[in-house]
Amino acid sequence: MKRTEQQLREVQALFSRRALVLGGVQAVVLGGLALRMRAMQVEDGDAYRLLAEENRVSLRLIPPPRGQIFDRAGVLVAGNEQNWRVTLVREDAGDVEAVLARLAHVLGMAPEDLERARAEIARHPPFVPVTVADRLTWEQMSAVAVNAPALPGVTPEVGLSRVYPLQADFAHVAGYVGPVSEADLARIEDPDPLLRLPRFPIGKVGVEARIEDMLRGTSGTRQIEVNAGGRMMRELARVEGTPGADVQLTIDAGLQNYVQARLGVESSSCVVMDCASGDLLALASAPSFDPNLFVRGISTADFSALMENDHRPLSTKTVQGAYPPGSTFKMLVALAGLEAGLITPDETVYCPGHLQLGDRRFHCWKGGGHGRVDMVQSIAESCDVYFYEIAQKVGIERIAAMARRFGLGERFDLPLSGIAEGLVPSMDWKRTVRGESWLVGDTLNASIGQGFVLSSPIQLAVMTARLATGMAVTPRLIKSVNGIEQPAGPFADLGLNENHLRLQRRGMYEVTNVRRGTAYGSRIEAEEYTIAGKTGTSQVRNITVAERARGVIRNDQLPWNRRDHALFVGYAPADAPRVACAVVVEHGGGGSAAAAPIARDAMVRALHGDVPPLSVYPASARSAVEALHRTMPLRPVAPPATGGRTRA
Amino acid sequence: MRGTYLEYQVRTVPTGLSKILHVNWPLALAIAAVTAVGILQLTSVAGGSFGRWAEPQAIRLGVGLLGMLIVALVPIWFWRNMAAVAYVTALLMLVAVEVAGSIGMGAQRWLDLGFIRIQPSELMKVALVMALAAYYDWLDPERTSRPVWVILPLLLIGVPVLLILMQPHLGTAVLTVLIGVTVMFLAGVSIWYFAAAALIGGGTVASVFLTRGTPWQLLHDYQYRRIDTFLDPAADPLGAGYNIIQAKIALGSGGWAGKGFMQGTQSRLNFLPEKHTDFIFTTLGEEFGLVGGLSLLLLYALILFFCIASALQMRDRFSALLVLGIAATLFYNLVINLAMVMGLAPVVGLPLPFLSYGGSNLLVLLLAFGLVQSAHVHRPRSRA
Repeated sequence: MKRTEQQLREVQALFSRRALVLGGVQAVVLGGLALRMRAMQVEDGDAYRLLAEENRVSLRLIPPPRGQIFDRAGVLVAGNEQNWRVTLVREDAGDVEAVLARLAHVLGMAPEDLERARAEIARHPPFVPVTVADRLTWEQMSAVAVNAPALPGVTPEVGLSRVYPLQADFAHVAGYVGPVSEADLARIEDPDPLLRLPRFPIGKVGVEARIEDMLRGTSGTRQIEVNAGGRMMRELARVEGTPGADVQLTIDAGLQNYVQARLGVESSSCVVMDCASGDLLALASAPSFDPNLFVRGISTADFSALMENDHRPLSTKTVQGAYPPGSTFKMLVALAGLEAGLITPDETVYCPGHLQLGDRRFHCWKGGGHGRVDMVQSIAESCDVYFYEIAQKVGIERIAAMARRFGLGERFDLPLSGIAEGLVPSMDWKRTVRGESWLVGDTLNASIGQGFVLSSPIQLAVMTARLATGMAVTPRLIKSVNGIEQPAGPFADLGLNENHLRLQRRGMYEVTNVRRGTAYGSRIEAEEYTIAGKTGTSQVRNITVAERARGVIRNDQLPWNRRDHALFVGYAPADAPRVACAVVVEHGGGGSAAAAPIARDAMVRALHGDVPPLSVYPASARSAVEALHRTMPLRPVAPPATGGRTRA
Repeated sequence: MRGTYLEYQVRTVPTGLSKILHVNWPLALAIAAVTAVGILQLTSVAGGSFGRWAEPQAIRLGVGLLGMLIVALVPIWFWRNMAAVAYVTALLMLVAVEVAGSIGMGAQRWLDLGFIRIQPSELMKVALVMALAAYYDWLDPERTSRPVWVILPLLLIGVPVLLILMQPHLGTAVLTVLIGVTVMFLAGVSIWYFAAAALIGGGTVASVFLTRGTPWQLLHDYQYRRIDTFLDPAADPLGAGYNIIQAKIALGSGGWAGKGFMQGTQSRLNFLPEKHTDFIFTTLGEEFGLVGGLSLLLLYALILFFCIASALQMRDRFSALLVLGIAATLFYNLVINLAMVMGLAPVVGLPLPFLSYGGSNLLVLLLAFGLVQSAHVHRPRSRA
């Protein structure tokens, strides 16, 4: 369509009109801004000038004391200690290098500390005070004060810094704080201005990290008079902030110390929980490390030593470790069968030492076989063939459903880092994740807690507490916040037939209390502390037919990382359970030899409330236990300081 | 007189290097003057150090001015043909930052191309003006106000605005809407549409505030807090309100003639955050007072005036709408930034055009004015 001249003229005229309207509006708006500028600069100018003068009075943040962490009895786990330090303001220092060199000489700073200080100074704006050295002695502070004229921009200060008096015992539970990093800031939307303070401590892992918001508190402010250089002349007013909340854990520091020491140098972990309340009494993961190393910023050498250790000291194995549960899983298979009505307790199976399925042979751990066994016997003696037989009737779906009811495959809501979910395999899972269909052999492997099944020590402890009580016990780690008790129990009934549960408990009782039981050596004869439990030994390698023919290589002849994991779950006292326990010793060998004694000692220590007398142990075990107790580095448990809430 | 470039009298247009003579020199000089003030002020806020901010900015300025010249010498009809390409490219880049952000690098507004980090939302503002101008150039003017032909440009505006809101960058989103609507206004869309839009806009603002605190609230909590702080900066003097209070003190204490170059105590004592980026105008107001502030405002007004004068000479809709669209981009950027530092608008994080430290904004703006120059150089001349 051809546009006529007339049309075009109209369009052009409309554009011109609108362009002029727009220009007019723009002129008016700019005029308005000019008037506003005049109003601010001329009419209110004097008022603003006064404010600018007053800006010599500056507001600074006061970091609040971080909330302290206590154990269930009030023993200090994480506190704050007074910390003398010196800060440096780059702007005021002039020649930063010269001032730093003089300061290093005065304080006797190590070259790497000096390097770190230099990096820290470069990272911040020139007017921000940066801590260049801390944890100074009184002598060092006096030296700085005496040399003040030669150290422009350097200010001695006193502050609080985090301290973990129980050192390695709580490294995995309480975690640790460290100087806030760019990565930390990036994770938080709209971070607290406090976090912008140089080297402000922030929780990095564990409870310190997961309830950071509660522990941090809110900042106070102080008005200070500053000179033109920004140096503080005097404090004019002060508004205190709110300290962070004090948190009490359910952990018993004495027990934690005992268990941690009992685990020793093995790559292992142990969970002790209260059966009734779900309170976690000990969560020990070994080897451990000193969290105080991290507070100031750990040295590269120390850090790489921790990273390179094949026993993974930084890993919180109690919740992060996922292991095949091995035979500790068997009670759930039996329960699944009983509840579905597919098997009866009296049914017996003949165990010749293996089960032939097609061309595959599934072995029992006992080469010669157990002969004819019923359910209780097969738990007590950990017969694999019995479970191979019943698992074929019960099927993986029922087994998996039962495992989930007992908390396997569940990520409990605990304030700990990197909690593993474990794995309860099912037909659907294998099809979707591995793209393969489920085989009967997979069910057989799962029935003895091998194959795809994975569980963490905390899950095994919960499973055991649930077996012992029949209740849906869930774990709790925070006992109270600022003295306010956190919710716990009572728990719902699992809805299982009590007779069925009783059979499992009978089996577990026999494991440790009849001569043929797999952990008879770890029995306790003292009536009030009798334990019940189940051993587990989970293979981490395949045993070939050829090796089987030659004779299976013994664990102590294998390299460490190819040996079996040793497991034990248990509860005590056997007739009225109060504590449940799970122990995993990575590549520890057999569950009865490596894991059961640790669980026994941990539970007896928990029930007795202190290191138990040798008389509770059977005569045959006493000398070994005594030797152990003599070498364990136990810490005298500090009496709960009544004034423990005071802040340093 | 002819309607589109297809019927253009190309012969009247200067060719070769003689084009340089036909550049809109008054406009170019006004821009150069504003950018020079920027370099000066960046030196001042760095405490007299040229190397800290002024030098990198000067280098970018040189690159930008060269880019502006190159864009100016390329015929405007080439740029019109590139409008759709520019728009789609900018849109894809917006999607790219969104994807990169969701893949786990957190909220992201930048696209790192290695040699430069671009903010696609900056590019989008110019690409949108180009796209809308090209659209109205193509559209029969008779149809401008028909609903179907009004919905299409609204979609052109709406899609990028949604992407920018997802970043989330409220300030730029509002700015993009304003720019798009202004081009539609200039194109001659019936005034009743704008009246209706104003009504709906009012309703939206009302609903934003009425839904606050409910699970389906429309803005982020921090955005609400920013509005709160804007309404009452004193409520949070150490947090978000700190910037505004300190900015107003800096500006207000300048008085008639200011404290003198590099004498601003607010900036020198570091009470003023973001003094080299979003709040640079306040340091100018503090050091050169009302006289300095008004002079700068006058320079901006001159830029806008030269743009309008140039646009009125255009005889094709693409050039005319493009020139005023880009002028509007400058205007809204300017007004929102100034209103922000004077405490008249919330702190939305928009830089002051041509002055604030930062490469992306400056470069895009200079290239956009290259387009304005191209339209001017290649405008038809009467052959009298």
